[in-house]
Amino acid sequence: MSVIELDNVVVLLGRFPALAGATLRVDAGEAVLLQGPNGAGKSTLLRLCAGLLRPERGSATVLGIDLSTNRQSIRPRIGYVGHLSMLYDDLTVAENIRFWGRAAGVSEAQQKAAIARLQIEERLLDVPVNRLSAGQRRRTAIAVAASRRPELWLLDEPHAGLDQSGRDIVDSLITDAAAAGGAVLVASHELDRVGPVVDRRVTIAGGMARDQEDPQHVR
Amino acid sequence: MFAEIVLIAAKDLRIEWRSRVSLNQVAPFAVLILVLFGFALDADRATLSNFTPGLYWVAILLASILAVHRSVGVEAGEGAREGLLLSGLRPASVFLGKTAALIVQLLVVAIALLGGVVLLYEASIEEPALLVVSLIGAVLGVGAAGTLYGAILGGQRARETVLPILLLPVLSPVLIGATRSFGAAMGTVAADGWAWTGALFGFAALYLALGVVSHGILMEEN
Repeated sequence: MSVIELDNVVVLLGRFPALAGATLRVDAGEAVLLQGPNGAGKSTLLRLCAGLLRPERGSATVLGIDLSTNRQSIRPRIGYVGHLSMLYDDLTVAENIRFWGRAAGVSEAQQKAAIARLQIEERLLDVPVNRLSAGQRRRTAIAVAASRRPELWLLDEPHAGLDQSGRDIVDSLITDAAAAGGAVLVASHELDRVGPVVDRRVTIAGGMARDQEDPQHVR
Repeated sequence: MFAEIVLIAAKDLRIEWRSRVSLNQVAPFAVLILVLFGFALDADRATLSNFTPGLYWVAILLASILAVHRSVGVEAGEGAREGLLLSGLRPASVFLGKTAALIVQLLVVAIALLGGVVLLYEASIEEPALLVVSLIGAVLGVGAAGTLYGAILGGQRARETVLPILLLPVLSPVLIGATRSFGAAMGTVAADGWAWTGALFGFAALYLALGVVSHGILMEEN
C-alpha cells in the first residue's frame, strides 16, 4: 500500500518551481533516502508531503488523502522534523514536549516514552530550550515528533548536530518505524550514514525526483 | 475547543512570564511615552488634564504594537507556526488563545499606565465603572485586531516596520471611542461614554469574528 504517491508534481515558491515534476512512491513498511545537491528540492518535497505546501500541478496523495483538496487532515498523522526545531525558546524541554503533546492529543505516557526513546537526560527537562546545544534541540524536536507515533516520518537532515548516540537513536527510529509498517522519507547528505538503514534511495535534482529511474536497493 | 484556547493562551503567558517582555519593555515604553507627553505639556496643566484620555490611549496603542510584534515573533522564531499547523489545533482556537494572552498582557500594561496618569497627570476618575468597562472593551478590540494583523504579517520579513503602518489606522476607531469614554469617565469631556463603550465592544466583536473566520487561511498562506 502506498503511503506517498506523487506524480509529476509541481510546487511553486513564489514564481520559482521548487519542484518541477516530482514523481515518487513510498510504500508502507519502507524507508527511503532522498538524496541530491543543495537546492535540488529535498526539503520542499518533504514539506509538500507534510501538507505544508500545496501542489500546483500533478497528483499528490499522502496517507490516501489528496493534498490538493485536504492536506490539513494528514498533518497530525505525520512526524515531520525540519531544519527549524519548531520549539519555543523560552519554554523548557518538558514544557515544549507537553505543549506539543497536548496540542496533538498525545497521552502523557507517549510523551514519557518519547523522552526515554530519545534518551533525553532528566536534568535537561527543566532547562529552557534557548540554553540547549543544537544537538539537544534536535533530540527534543525529534522527541516531539516521536511522541505522536506517526504513520509517516519525514526527516530533513535528522542527524545534523547530533552526537554518536543521537545518530544511533535516529537510525533505530527509522528502522523501527519501517519495521512496524510505517513509512519513512529521509533527506540527507550523509549517504554513508543513512544508506545502510533505508530500503532504497531516490535522487532528486533540479526539482525532479525519479525513483523509478534509480531503484538502487541498498539493504 | 475551549481546552485548545486555554492551551495556547497559557503557553503564550508562560513564555511572557519567562521573558518578561511586556513587564520589562512594553510597560516601561508606555510609561516613557506618558512622561514625554508630560514634559511637552507640563507648562499648561489644564491642557494636559484635558488631553489625558487621548495621551493615555496613544501610549497604549503604541505599546500594543510592541506586544503584538512579540506575540507574532514567538511563533516565527524557530518555525513554531508550522508546528501549530502540523499539530491539528483548530486555527480559530489558535487565534482566540493568542488574542486572550495578548489581552491579559495589554490589561497589565493598561492598569500600570492608569496608575501613571493618576500620578503624573493628576487625573481624577469620576465614573470608575465606565472607565473599567470601556478599558476592557478597548483592550479586547486592540487584542483581536492586533492578533489578526499579526497573523496577516506573520511570515513577512518586513513585519516590524509594516505592522505599525497597517495596525495603527485600523485601531484609530479604538483610539476615538476609548478617548471619548475615558474623557466621560474622567469628566474632561461631555460625551455619552457608555455609547462609545458600546462601539468599542462592537469593534472588538467584529475583529474577533474576522479572526475566527480568517485565521486558518492566514496561517496557511503565511
